[in-house]
Amino acid sequence: MLHMIEHVFVEQSLVAAFAVVGGLMLISNVLGKRLTAGRVHGSAIAIVLGLALAYVAGLYTGGKKGVADLPVFAGIGLMGGAMLRDFAIVATAFEVDVVEAKRAGLLGVLALALGTVIPFVVGALTAMAFGYTDAVSITTIGAGAVTYIVGPVTGAALGADSAVMVLSIATGVTKAVMVMVGTPLVAKLIGLDNPRSAMAFGGLMGTVSGVAGGLAATDPKLVPYGALTATFHTGIGCLVGPSLFYLTVRALVG
Amino acid sequence: MTIFGVALLALCTLIGVFLGDLLGIALGVKANVGGVGLAMILLIAARSWLVAKGKLGHGVKLGVEFWSTMYIPIVVAMAAQQNVVAAVSGGPIVLIAATVSLLLCFACVAFLGRFGRRDEPSEQVRHGGAVIAGDLDDAPAPRNPAPRAAQAAPIPATKA
Repeated sequence: MLHMIEHVFVEQSLVAAFAVVGGLMLISNVLGKRLTAGRVHGSAIAIVLGLALAYVAGLYTGGKKGVADLPVFAGIGLMGGAMLRDFAIVATAFEVDVVEAKRAGLLGVLALALGTVIPFVVGALTAMAFGYTDAVSITTIGAGAVTYIVGPVTGAALGADSAVMVLSIATGVTKAVMVMVGTPLVAKLIGLDNPRSAMAFGGLMGTVSGVAGGLAATDPKLVPYGALTATFHTGIGCLVGPSLFYLTVRALVG
Repeated sequence: MTIFGVALLALCTLIGVFLGDLLGIALGVKANVGGVGLAMILLIAARSWLVAKGKLGHGVKLGVEFWSTMYIPIVVAMAAQQNVVAAVSGGPIVLIAATVSLLLCFACVAFLGRFGRRDEPSEQVRHGGAVIAGDLDDAPAPRNPAPRAAQAAPIPATKA
């Protein structure tokens, strides 16, 4: 019996994922309304639950893809993978107020620049504080603090050590997870309640998954504005990481 | 037809990602540069064009809006497949680099957000939020089936 149910889940992976995520959202909405009197968004709870499940599954399977490493939940990997995620992000642009987006355009560019430089400098300084002295390792770890894609792309281009690459990716993943969980908590404090600040937020945080999760948990109306700038972040990071940043670091540490 | 909306969305995504790849090659980067952002801009342009031509039908709208209402569930599925174990067991370098850069960036959001006017979100912004949250059906539907034009103003969301 159990085996047959498992078989259906494996065979109908994407359909099963719809059902599982729907159930998760239902539980989260009920929890949000009952336990927190609606103060915490149901989607925020769902994202945290998703992360918690990914942690448990990761411990159990030893894999890198959370629950998607379990064969019965392989469909979650497809549903939450880059293809459908990007498809849904593009769809949110249908609701964008063009006037608002244009008005905040320059702010978004400024945010992108700061959001690339600040994490890199912090990551590079941390690496130096922990005893890394070669320019390649420092640059790779710094790039990881930008996003978990910029890190390995930069590291691969520079021929970084694999242990450094692991650190670099872990830094980016940690940042993404922290953005997802932390954004709803600090949203009021940092004035994240309008399209302008959402565009600044997207450019500064960069990590598309972090921004996507953080804004969904905070306020759905901000999603398209944050995503619009965030999607440029990784590309820019990959552009300056192995070139401008590496050359600067090399000039500084010799 | 609904498929026209889905196809429009797919086309914008494909063209955007393709342009992002081209931009990456042009800049000599091994990554897609802003492909999704370009796709979003294409979709915004397509929408404006359709509205101007009066061709933004119910089906097209439904096809695109369905996917924006699926955004949050997809993000939940995305969260469930993150490498959280690596994030939690990263050690001090990882924790310090991630936390400090995050705090500085949050501070910058607060700082940059102060520039310019801070007016109330426009009607379209609110409407978009309601669509993405999947809350539109909560708005009261018109009781008597008054003949409403297809391009009527978006349903005014109640002020929070």
